Amino acid sequence: MMKFERYEWVAITIMISLFFFVGFIQGWSVSLVILNMCIISAIMTMGVNISWGYAGVINFGVMGFLAMGGLAAVLVSYPPITESWQAGGRGLGISFALLVVLVIAVMYINKTIIQKRNRYILNSLIIFFGILIIRHFYLNATHNIEDVNPAIAGFLGGLGLPIIFSWIVGGFFAAGVAFVIGKVALGLRSDYLAIVTLGISEIVVSVLKHEEWLSRGVKNVIGLKRPVPYEINLQNTDWFIELVTYLNASKLNNIIDVSERQQVLNNLIIDASGIFVKLSYAILFLIVMFIIFYFANKAQLSPWGRMMRAIRDNETAANAMGKDVVKQHLIIFVIGAAIVGVAGAMLVTLDGLFTPSGYRPLRFTFIIWIMVIVGGSGNNLGAIFGGFVIWFSWIEAAPLTTFIINHLTIGLEPDNALKLHLLDSVPYFRYLLMGLILLLILRYRPKGIIPEKVRHS
Amino acid sequence: MIDFLNSIIVLLNFIIIPGISYGSQLALGALGVTFVYAILRFANFAHGEIMSFGAMITILLTWLFQSQNIGLGILPTALLALPIGIIATIILCIISDKFVFQYYRYQKSVPVVLAMVSIGVMFVINAIIRIIIGTETIKFSDGQKFIMKAKQFKVMTGLNEGLAIKSSQVITILITVLLLTFTFWFLQKTKTGKSMRAFSDNEDLALLSGINPDRVVFTTWIIVGVLACVAGTLYGLDKSYKPIIYLNLVLPIFASAIVGGIGSPFGAVVGGYVIAFSEIMVTYAYKKFFVYLLPSSMEPTGLVQLLSTDYKFAVSFSILVIVLLIRPSGIFKGRVL
Repeated sequence: MMKFERYEWVAITIMISLFFFVGFIQGWSVSLVILNMCIISAIMTMGVNISWGYAGVINFGVMGFLAMGGLAAVLVSYPPITESWQAGGRGLGISFALLVVLVIAVMYINKTIIQKRNRYILNSLIIFFGILIIRHFYLNATHNIEDVNPAIAGFLGGLGLPIIFSWIVGGFFAAGVAFVIGKVALGLRSDYLAIVTLGISEIVVSVLKHEEWLSRGVKNVIGLKRPVPYEINLQNTDWFIELVTYLNASKLNNIIDVSERQQVLNNLIIDASGIFVKLSYAILFLIVMFIIFYFANKAQLSPWGRMMRAIRDNETAANAMGKDVVKQHLIIFVIGAAIVGVAGAMLVTLDGLFTPSGYRPLRFTFIIWIMVIVGGSGNNLGAIFGGFVIWFSWIEAAPLTTFIINHLTIGLEPDNALKLHLLDSVPYFRYLLMGLILLLILRYRPKGIIPEKVRHS
Repeated sequence: MIDFLNSIIVLLNFIIIPGISYGSQLALGALGVTFVYAILRFANFAHGEIMSFGAMITILLTWLFQSQNIGLGILPTALLALPIGIIATIILCIISDKFVFQYYRYQKSVPVVLAMVSIGVMFVINAIIRIIIGTETIKFSDGQKFIMKAKQFKVMTGLNEGLAIKSSQVITILITVLLLTFTFWFLQKTKTGKSMRAFSDNEDLALLSGINPDRVVFTTWIIVGVLACVAGTLYGLDKSYKPIIYLNLVLPIFASAIVGGIGSPFGAVVGGYVIAFSEIMVTYAYKKFFVYLLPSSMEPTGLVQLLSTDYKFAVSFSILVIVLLIRPSGIFKGRVL
């Protein structure tokens, strides 16, 4: 098992104390909301860190993999809509079967016909007409599906399973997409790869936005079932009421009036139910985070991790030693993407809704990369730390800026135009903060706050 | 015959003219990205924000001029503000180089690190723009809006289809031609341009023959500033100005630069038009076009659209991926100015 250095303990202490600080200042509910997002961010960051920090494979497609995880959450947990299946299931099945036939035909042609020109002509003909035929069935089917009760349904629905399974499925979805991207793009130089993965993630999101039969598109999917109890049910559960009464016994005993006491108790129960739900989420997320952290560390310390570092530091030498660099790059890219996909499913689980138009590169790709760089690439604890610190400052930037602006402009009139304009643009200061943090870290601590440990073995 | 003319007008109106003006904007943007890539050797993610910054300064000055009743008559006031916007953009580029990029250049950092740094710069400029001008959509084109209106054209020629030409489209095309001519003349004929090409081709050899790298980099940022500000302003003039659009524009711009062959200025220009035309052509519904051309018995029933307009954005990337697969160095082999 790994041992932490002193500065790492300091980092962990800082992370924990931040939440207690917020808990005491802004309330426990706020603190837990931030904590939950911090944990999810930390998991995303670990995913990126595995491919970038271990093997130097850049992955700017974070947004696309998150969206795939989110799609998994919808497809696993949403109850199936039988009408839609009846309306378009057959057409979709036919077009899918035709697609498989088309792919097999192309593969067969590639294998049997040797002359290059004939092969190209035949292939393009078959693909062109094949797509025309498939389109016919496909457009009909999707049109029918989208016409089924468009106000509340209009898509195929899911399997109706507990949403927690989607965390694994989301990983597989993202891994599948990553496999395709990796096959296409991994041979490229790293900055090209960054642009290409960024672009492909945009394609993934635009498909999710516009293929309404699959994901309901911009109409969003709401009301996904939770893996944790609902507040309203908790408030009517006996053991929960007893627990709250027991915890607040001293406070309640001081109140003599019965009706007032009941009133106070009700308020306490409402507060406590919210906190309980968020806490259960936090516990679930923490479990996932620790599992991933444990295995990521194990992998890093294993011979496989050593090989990855060798590939990262000197590709040619690793190749000369007989390591299959291309294959290993693909493997690590897929693993990293899968972890991001898990985080994507968790994100949708936490929100309870799936909004494809909410996936924007600034928020879901670049911020995650800032977390990786700031935390320290190649160090899993650093990744977690980066995720926590950056998400924390992203959220707390707004109150902080309001505070600073109010102090700096204290001499101005309350209706001064400049002051009002600055207060209006408070939400944008967080971008400034993120940019400055990234630039400062890259300049003065290029290896990140918790850098990778140099291991000699 | 009339039907044939009508169908041509449809193509002109909905594909060719918008394609050329959008392509010009992409070409100018891609040219800027290519310059940074060829001389400073990194992918500049901040380029879209630099464009946006230039457009923002131009807009602020346009408002100032408009309030003072200074204008250019039928031409948009923004053209008057553009030179000052360009100067501001150049200053922004040089400041960002002095305080940020220069350090990594001296350290000889790998391109990926510089790309990360440019993301940091992107965030900072992005924030500055939003703090100054907000996130609202701004229309700042004034003067005469159309050179030719669809109705005018119909009356003039007696055809069924109208041809509308916006003045912003013509301005875009004219300025692009001017700027491109100047840039290529500069690169081919002047001493500074030649030293830039030498620097881009072989840095060590260029240093050895006494070319001052700081001077080359300085000139590069000036050119990048001019191109970025003009591209950003023209895009805002043609469509409308919205800070978030420029972040999305970075991707088609990169796609243009890479498709054309990154590092090759001519390739960047061609790439810009390739991307613009394919985006428009793949998502255009050709029904109207075929209605004119084919006899009525063969008229298409559907929209005859390859992809719905929702996928406009995805098209440029699909092309990028295809080009990278088939010809990784781009249409014109890149790498040298």
